[in-house]
Amino acid sequence: MDFTVPTMADMMAKNQTPDVLFWVGCAGSFDDRAKKITKAIAKILHHCKVNFAVLGAEESCTGDPARRAGNEFTFQMQALMNIQVLNGYEVKKIVTGCPHCFNTLKNEYPELGGNYEVLHHTELIQTLINEGRLKLENGSMFKGKKITFHDPCYLGRANDVYEAPRNLIEKLDAELVEMKRCKTNGLCCGAGGAQMFKEAEKGNKEINVERTEDVLQSNAQIVATGCPFCNTMMTDGVKNVNKETEIEVLDVAELIANAAEL
Amino acid sequence: MISIVVFSLLSVLSVGMFTWKMRSIIAQIRLGKKTQRLDQPSLRFKTMLLVAFGQKKMFNRPIPALLHFVFYVAFIITQIELIEVFIDGFSGSHRIFYHTDFQQDYVFIISTIEVLSVLTFVATLAFFSRRNIVKLPRFNMKELLGWPRKDANLILLFELLLIIFIFTMNGADEASKLLQSNVGYGFAMSQYLGPLFFGRINNPEILEVLSKIGWWGHLLMVFVFLNYLPYSKHLHILFAFPNTYFSNLDKKGKFSNMDAVTQEVKLMLDPTLVPAEMTSDTIASFGAKDVNDLSWKNLLDAYSCTECGRCTSVCPANITGKALSPRKIMMDTRDRLQEVGKNNLNCMDGKSLLGDYITEEELWACTSCNACVQECPVNIDPLSIIVDLRRFLVMEESKVPSELTGMLTNIENNGAPWQFSPADRLKWTEEN
Repeated sequence: MDFTVPTMADMMAKNQTPDVLFWVGCAGSFDDRAKKITKAIAKILHHCKVNFAVLGAEESCTGDPARRAGNEFTFQMQALMNIQVLNGYEVKKIVTGCPHCFNTLKNEYPELGGNYEVLHHTELIQTLINEGRLKLENGSMFKGKKITFHDPCYLGRANDVYEAPRNLIEKLDAELVEMKRCKTNGLCCGAGGAQMFKEAEKGNKEINVERTEDVLQSNAQIVATGCPFCNTMMTDGVKNVNKETEIEVLDVAELIANAAEL
Repeated sequence: MISIVVFSLLSVLSVGMFTWKMRSIIAQIRLGKKTQRLDQPSLRFKTMLLVAFGQKKMFNRPIPALLHFVFYVAFIITQIELIEVFIDGFSGSHRIFYHTDFQQDYVFIISTIEVLSVLTFVATLAFFSRRNIVKLPRFNMKELLGWPRKDANLILLFELLLIIFIFTMNGADEASKLLQSNVGYGFAMSQYLGPLFFGRINNPEILEVLSKIGWWGHLLMVFVFLNYLPYSKHLHILFAFPNTYFSNLDKKGKFSNMDAVTQEVKLMLDPTLVPAEMTSDTIASFGAKDVNDLSWKNLLDAYSCTECGRCTSVCPANITGKALSPRKIMMDTRDRLQEVGKNNLNCMDGKSLLGDYITEEELWACTSCNACVQECPVNIDPLSIIVDLRRFLVMEESKVPSELTGMLTNIENNGAPWQFSPADRLKWTEEN
């Protein structure tokens, strides 16, 4: 990265308070593919001069997969420790690229004492565009491309965010096409509920393959995602049908960063 | 006179039996654990109006929605006629409203009911063929084999019989009145159907007997239907209303917080804390093994389910051939609850919902995507049952799929589901 990403600790040492905390998430920190999404988000924030910081080593799993797997102890341990850190830094506003972190921070932390305004990165980017802070000079690089958005369950059905990512895609000079199962009817990629971390139960098909068939039917050339786990599942799904040269799987943040030439 | 006595006895018996059975169902539902569902009454009322009364979610699938809407409207409007049936029954009168100043309004209402009844007849045949001839996939899954399929067809049969009795009653009345005074009642359908079916009967007494058969048959079907409801998936016509009123109003992604765990975790993090007084709620076991570990709303959900299978038809696990079917989760919960009900509300019969009804394989197939919750036309939440059963498996029995054990250990040791050090969380900032 050609700029420094400040940590909350750095900022505090300088007696500064960022306006927003960028919660990177475990996938965003460690998964090679997801790290690219993280960098795209950071570039957008930096470019728009958003006063942000990350937690760095002080960030820890929100506990989402533990809670979905039925281990409430591990979830609450994580939640209470994170809340201690977040409240310690007096965090008010959080943006994250992971809908699972988003859901947990937004809906499940308040009961345990963590109250923050939590945004999904697509929501924040939309605000930046609306405020004129982000201009998509090179939107035409996607001219004529068919892009479909795969709704992450934890962003869509779980939190009713359907429009922000679509509005961003429409800002590109591209054609937004919908899969037959979209928005409230969107089909899961297969990773939620801690499935990401285990083999699927016995069946006759993988869920991401079923979902990839929806993509093929939509004739989209780009699958836009808003979740690092959906990204992994869809990338694997596209590979599974040998279409990786024709169909790209990109996070909405990556599309926007490309269009803004960041 | 005899008919008044018979009518009164039948009414009291039927309403009495229904009340008795409903009391036992409510007692079963009350076995469930506490959950707060009384806040925000105006939003709750609005949800009920939209989802149950207005059938909003049904209309995501227009064809069955339209067919179902015919049933629904016909059922509600027919209740007006039932008022007359009861007055006639208790007083021995015949079509008492016809002989009032509101004759025209009466003919209009009965005509409306007749038109709706004909439409319902057609809709019933359509429903029957969707189940048995076209064989829609969601009506032909293995959890519907046996009683559930019979239950569904029985209801359709009752519906057909009811309509046939209504038209026997009205048609014979029309024919009889025409025969005696040349002017019929003028009901929209039976002014044609009456002469068509009964026009050749020139004996007013036979027509009167036919009309009586129609009237008693109709009444009997109403009583049978009423008492069949509590034993059938058809109970949704009543429970849809409370069930939507008590809907979960939180965001679907929010899982319930286990307060008992919060207590313990807080003590672990800060040993200087003085433990709050343990109440009976906090000592309970973690998660759910049986129906009495679930919330009363879960149990109300189970009794509200009409086994339409929309949940299962959108479940990613089920679509890809896994053992999980959200509808089966609801049916199993109801079956087990009924078993416990027969057992004098005692769960200690050596059986349990988890294991004897719902298997681990089903539970671990769930992606918690909320598609089933989204889809349910009466706001049933199968996911919360799945999660509570998972909690029991994991926290009480330590039965965790081995890969998940690794994930959980990683979270506990290094704060991430994979084996990476927290110190490496900033590595992406050094890369290009």
